[in-house]
Amino acid sequence: MAVSSLELEGKPRKKRRVLSKRQQKLRANLVAYSFIAPNFLGFAVFTLGPIIFAFALAFMHWDGSNPIEFAGLDNFFELFRDRPFQAAFWNTIVYTLFSVPLTMACSLGLAMLLNKKLFGRNFFRAAMFFPYVASLVAAAVVWNMLFNPEMGPVNMILYTMGVDPKNLPGWAADKDWAMVTIILFGIWKQAGYFMVIYLAGLQGVNRELYEAADLDGANAWQKFWNVTLPQLAPTTFFVSVMLTINSFKVFDQVYMITQGGPGTSTLVLVYHIYNEAFISWDLGYSSMVALVLFVLVLAVTLVQFRYSRSLD
Amino acid sequence: MRILGRKVKPGTIATYVLVIALTVIMLLPFVWMLSASLKLNREVFEFPIHWIPQHPRWQNYADIWTKIPLGLFVFNTAKITIMVTLLQLFTSSFAAYAFAKLKFPYRDVLFLGYIATIAMPWQVYMVPQFILMREFGLYNTHWALIALQAFTAFGVFLMKQFYMSIPDELCEAARVDGMNEYQIWWKIMLPLSKPALSTLTIFTFVFAWNDFLGPMIYLTKTDLKTIQIGLRMFISQYSAEYGLIMAASVVAIIPVLLVFLALQRFFVEGVANAGLKG
Repeated sequence: MAVSSLELEGKPRKKRRVLSKRQQKLRANLVAYSFIAPNFLGFAVFTLGPIIFAFALAFMHWDGSNPIEFAGLDNFFELFRDRPFQAAFWNTIVYTLFSVPLTMACSLGLAMLLNKKLFGRNFFRAAMFFPYVASLVAAAVVWNMLFNPEMGPVNMILYTMGVDPKNLPGWAADKDWAMVTIILFGIWKQAGYFMVIYLAGLQGVNRELYEAADLDGANAWQKFWNVTLPQLAPTTFFVSVMLTINSFKVFDQVYMITQGGPGTSTLVLVYHIYNEAFISWDLGYSSMVALVLFVLVLAVTLVQFRYSRSLD
Repeated sequence: MRILGRKVKPGTIATYVLVIALTVIMLLPFVWMLSASLKLNREVFEFPIHWIPQHPRWQNYADIWTKIPLGLFVFNTAKITIMVTLLQLFTSSFAAYAFAKLKFPYRDVLFLGYIATIAMPWQVYMVPQFILMREFGLYNTHWALIALQAFTAFGVFLMKQFYMSIPDELCEAARVDGMNEYQIWWKIMLPLSKPALSTLTIFTFVFAWNDFLGPMIYLTKTDLKTIQIGLRMFISQYSAEYGLIMAASVVAIIPVLLVFLALQRFFVEGVANAGLKG
């Protein structure tokens, strides 16, 4: 009896200890999940859910109020008949092809300049950065006024510099210049942000390599080309991915400056998505265009990742 | 060459000239905005430009508040921005603590889910999101915008990156001292992560304050509108009142300018860190 009672006493205790270990683990997990829950619930409902919904919607017909109908690949084939979509697609590509390298060059240039020991360097850095944080609506209004074809100061200056009035650019109002205007605005707005990232990258450049280059008698340009640029490759990669994603998503500045016009000269993918969804209420089709945008972003990101790996 | 009794290389002078010229290009639109905000319409496009208005028209700054409900727009924007920023700071740093310092099942899978959505353009899912918010009865409420911006993957990612740089031993020691995880987060992690919190504050504040597409989609009632939408409305209503438009634009920029100047040091560091680690 005594033995068995001991056994009985011992067993539950042992069992309790096992359980309590499990309970402890469960408790630790619950604590961890409780940390994540506030953010994750919001994130799951308002971001993850809609993302899954977006992919499904691309294969549906829906105007937002009548019942949803399955569309199969209808929306996909519609892409090939939709002229504005094609214009938007190519405009987005053109915007990206010009805006990404130009913004990169400007940001790197600014970073090289402001990496030097200059009096008031922090002020200059903040000044370059400010367009990025300023309200886009406000900035675009000023931009529209400065680049007004008839009375804007920019054309006035060009005129006083001797440009024939007939050859003055029409900026946002001219279909040949509208995209240029959008690209210039984008560079001005974003260059400061990527300058900061390049400045951080420059901190990581190995000083000794410059000394070695000095010993070899390299000039400034050779040092930039053979030391700085290769050392900055990871930063450049990051900047190029971010800029490409940004330029595929360009919308606000188009909406504020040209509304996609004149004609379809500055219509871009997001603008088309917006029109199809909130103007035409063709939600299925607009999700299909969004799917194209997503595939484009994904493809470019993967290519850039592959390319960066081949650099190493 | 000698300037103020010091020897200066011609290269240095060239650098300064270039830097100053570039700074002027970057800031000129804002200076022009400020200058035009104190002018009559007919003076705005006078050429050559009078940078300092001959008769500064302060009346513009009084008129904008009565022509449109600008005060209400500022209040709405401030309300949304502050709510979003507070929620963002709390939920992001809270979740980031678990992702950085605790071990639990599916941690890496969950985090991967976060990362994957950072690269996803918002415009891809803005339509389903809009429908969802409408179903929840949040269309034409400020809650739609708050829900839209308060739970971002970016915030969690940024905070997690920072927490990773804090040594685990610190948390271990606190646990030995009998602190629970919530106390560690509150008493150790939050005070240490001021730079990261400042970065997240500016990011969130600036984006919520300047957001344009979100309020445009979700807010159609005038008394709910934000300053950016109000500004846009103002521009189309008073398209020829350039002085007034510029004055309202200056008002829209001031809060961001103040936050930027106050926390600028952290912002630049934060952008740099996020960039390096991204």
